[in-house]
Amino acid sequence: MLSISPTNLKFASKRASSIQMQWGRIGIYGFLLVTALFFLLPLYVMLVTSFKELDEIRLSSIFALPQDVSWDYWKVAWSSACTGLECNGLQVGFWNSVQILIPSVIISVMFGAINGYALSFWKIKGANILFACLLLGAFIPYQVFIYPLIRVYAEIGIYGTLTGVVVSHVIFGMPIMTLLFRNYYSTLPIELFNAARIDGAGFFKVFFIIMLPMSTPIIIVAVIMQVTNIWNDFLIGLVFAGNDNLPMTVQLNNIVNTTTGERAYNVNMAATILTSLVPLIIYVASGRWFVRGIASGSVKG
Amino acid sequence: MGNVNINKLDISYDTTFILNQLDLSIEDGEFIVLLGPSGCGKSTLLNAIGGLIDTSGGSIHFDGKDVTWTDPKDRGIGMVFQSYALYPTMTVEKNMSFGLRIAGVEKKIIQEKVNWAAKLLQLEPLLKRKPSALSGGQRQRVAIGRALVRDASIYLFDEPLSNLDAKLRAELRLEIKKLHQKLKSTMIYVTHDQIEALTLADRIAVMKDGIIQQLDTPYNVYNKPANLFVATFLGSPGMNCLEGRLSKKGGGITFISSDILIDVSDYQFINSPMEGQKVTLGVRPENIVVRGGCEQAKNVFSGMIELVEPMGSETLIWSKFSANQTLSHCVNSDQIFTKGDSVQVQIEVTKCSVFDTETGFRI
Amino acid sequence: MNVIAIQMHFKRNLLAYIAALPMALTVFVAYMGTMFWSVRLSFSSSRMLPKNDFVGFVQYERLFNTSRWISSLENLLLIAFLFLVICFVLGFLLSIFIDQKIKAESFFRTVFLFPYAMSFIVTGLVWQWIFNPQLGVQKTVQALGWDSFQFDWIVNPDMVLYTVVIAAVWQGAGLVMALLLAGLRGIDEDLWKATKIDGIPAWRVYISIILPMLRPMIITTVVLLSISIIKMYDVVVAMTGGGPGVASEVPAKFIMDNLFERANIGIATAASTVMLTTILCLIAPFIYSNYIKKQGR
Repeated sequence: MLSISPTNLKFASKRASSIQMQWGRIGIYGFLLVTALFFLLPLYVMLVTSFKELDEIRLSSIFALPQDVSWDYWKVAWSSACTGLECNGLQVGFWNSVQILIPSVIISVMFGAINGYALSFWKIKGANILFACLLLGAFIPYQVFIYPLIRVYAEIGIYGTLTGVVVSHVIFGMPIMTLLFRNYYSTLPIELFNAARIDGAGFFKVFFIIMLPMSTPIIIVAVIMQVTNIWNDFLIGLVFAGNDNLPMTVQLNNIVNTTTGERAYNVNMAATILTSLVPLIIYVASGRWFVRGIASGSVKG
Repeated sequence: MGNVNINKLDISYDTTFILNQLDLSIEDGEFIVLLGPSGCGKSTLLNAIGGLIDTSGGSIHFDGKDVTWTDPKDRGIGMVFQSYALYPTMTVEKNMSFGLRIAGVEKKIIQEKVNWAAKLLQLEPLLKRKPSALSGGQRQRVAIGRALVRDASIYLFDEPLSNLDAKLRAELRLEIKKLHQKLKSTMIYVTHDQIEALTLADRIAVMKDGIIQQLDTPYNVYNKPANLFVATFLGSPGMNCLEGRLSKKGGGITFISSDILIDVSDYQFINSPMEGQKVTLGVRPENIVVRGGCEQAKNVFSGMIELVEPMGSETLIWSKFSANQTLSHCVNSDQIFTKGDSVQVQIEVTKCSVFDTETGFRI
Repeated sequence: MNVIAIQMHFKRNLLAYIAALPMALTVFVAYMGTMFWSVRLSFSSSRMLPKNDFVGFVQYERLFNTSRWISSLENLLLIAFLFLVICFVLGFLLSIFIDQKIKAESFFRTVFLFPYAMSFIVTGLVWQWIFNPQLGVQKTVQALGWDSFQFDWIVNPDMVLYTVVIAAVWQGAGLVMALLLAGLRGIDEDLWKATKIDGIPAWRVYISIILPMLRPMIITTVVLLSISIIKMYDVVVAMTGGGPGVASEVPAKFIMDNLFERANIGIATAASTVMLTTILCLIAPFIYSNYIKKQGR
């Protein structure tokens, strides 16, 4: 007797599994939503608090929406918040960061491109060992280098100057930049390089005429990474910049930790958002490029 | 002029030799094909001739001039690559003129040369396009054009047709052959495709393990292979190899495999064979011909058909002639054979090759 | 190679060698040179000023007799363990769920990864506020009427480390998600078809087949996360300042304090040498197998 045919069985199990699957979908979305809330929470807290009056912060919950939106605290954070005795706001740090950022990004990306090109296409003796040592440098805590570097900088007169910070960013950005470009160039056929050599192009002509115009995607990735890394840097700025060139992150920390009377949480949070605005905008605007950057082997200081 | 003289060339990475004490001399206007399996050193040799890799020893002379350490651009060579290696950011025209522009040649002359090459290769309608807008065959023609524009006396081709489909490959092969006949310049061509080698070359250099196994005309390389490797590397379907020994008893010379005797008295030995010498007899499928009736002839064997492979113009048949001898042989595709039929064949001994089994050399 | 070949090699590749000079200088002077100098100083009696004498392992003895250093090491171990496990599990789950052809995928990806774009200082500050008993979660819950609710981890020496872990996970889990998602997307569709035909349940496929296939990605992720934890400095400075007491002290901060505030070069360099050795042991095989052996041309 075949009271339950195989097709019937299959049908029943299919229905059961589709119900199971629906619960599974709900579970997936539930988990993702809860986690997304956890990830967004700090951003939300900063945003709502930056608009609240101090009394309101004291009385209401940190998660409550502000009663009315006022940009006053953002203005204070930007132009008149105090770090110690000076009350010029975050703008000082912002412009310092910009001044550090532009030359650091340009120089370090340029070096990365030339290094990557030289390593992938030219036969340099000992190149592999040199590259391994360079990469190793990316993993070593800055604390190991800092003291001797200070002495060297002091000796040649760039300690506590803009040049000093820029040089440091170039030095510490070199491993990841070189890695990025080396990996990119090794996906290009070596025949392209050989063709250009036969056409009579030398080291720099091959680089500038053939390779560089082909490098747009990786240059975008490199620039995104360096802008984010350098903007977010705290340690290098703190140690090497000197008081006149402190980057925004250091200034933010100083503003927040300056204790004069009641803590102005609204100003502090506005200042924090302002500081993270540059990497946030880059992140949102660049989308997948940013992910490509980390996927190509990122090392974050 | 385009003489090439390679003398005791060594190329090594770290401690492993890619090429070892290699000698090769190429006449002006010759079409030489370097043929061999991957890893045999043929591309390395071509790159060394092009000056693209450092040599570790020996010398390379072009027309008597030592160019061992000359920069690629100063060697008077043009090169075509497997992956085309077109500059993706430049138009066809710019690709072709790049070398001349770098050399600082006058604009008018550049224009003339590009037009000449474009006409020769029917590239005129494509001059303003970028490589990404071209088909594979068009790209390779541009790459050839780029090499031609350089006004070289020696052209190097590194597996130029390997990335193309079969039909295009045949077309471009023909075009390259015409080009050679028109330009009469020296061409050195690397490939692993024996058809390309046989159709194009004046002489073929068959390579293995960094050593030239045989350097000879296509006819000789195919029909009189210098050793077992060359014999088995060329030819498709491949050569039948029978292992056995030679016997001089009874006047003639007989090849004795386990249960087959073949009279090889008519074979032209280079070195006189020794009694009992262990040898390998190489017979190409087309040299085993079907004999009808009961003719009384030398070296006729009867076998049973085990497998029939129609290949279009001809049919390849695998027949069993004794307990452990199955040989492949070709028949015209008009003749119908089926599995299980018995067949009578004659082995054409004069067209066979006999190799010493130990050394692998032709005797 | 003979002498002429070597000479000619350098002549032909001269510009390449010149172009590689900045890289060589960075490696030999900025990395190696300073590294050896640091190690050298750790064997001297330097305090406020560097000295050139040699006192053996005296600084190391002092270092390991410093309870603050010991507790910074213990803290680091606990943070690293929790951070790696949580980050990895959370990141892996997120990547699997995002890979289920869900709606609003790019929204979720953007949300999970954005903290990685934030600086550690910002991360530290914002979580400090959320954990602040007078400002954040504790106050909110108490205001809702649950007066006895206690959530004072950040000022509680026993619990403060967990707050650091939460902040670090918030920042780093997205990285795991992004890297593993890239790995999952690289897996051949045919493999899924094959497991469906074999009737293997999905969770089993993930654990027994996918996870081993993602091994290279996982190793990269673990190394990246470990390094960021060993280097951890900014987030602690911004969040707890190492406190309360020394309850959230970490080695990187210990070194900075001894270098600048306490002017104790000997101990600072000894501590940095310990960190350096640890990292080298952890990283050398990884660099060799991942970047040198595989991608050399």
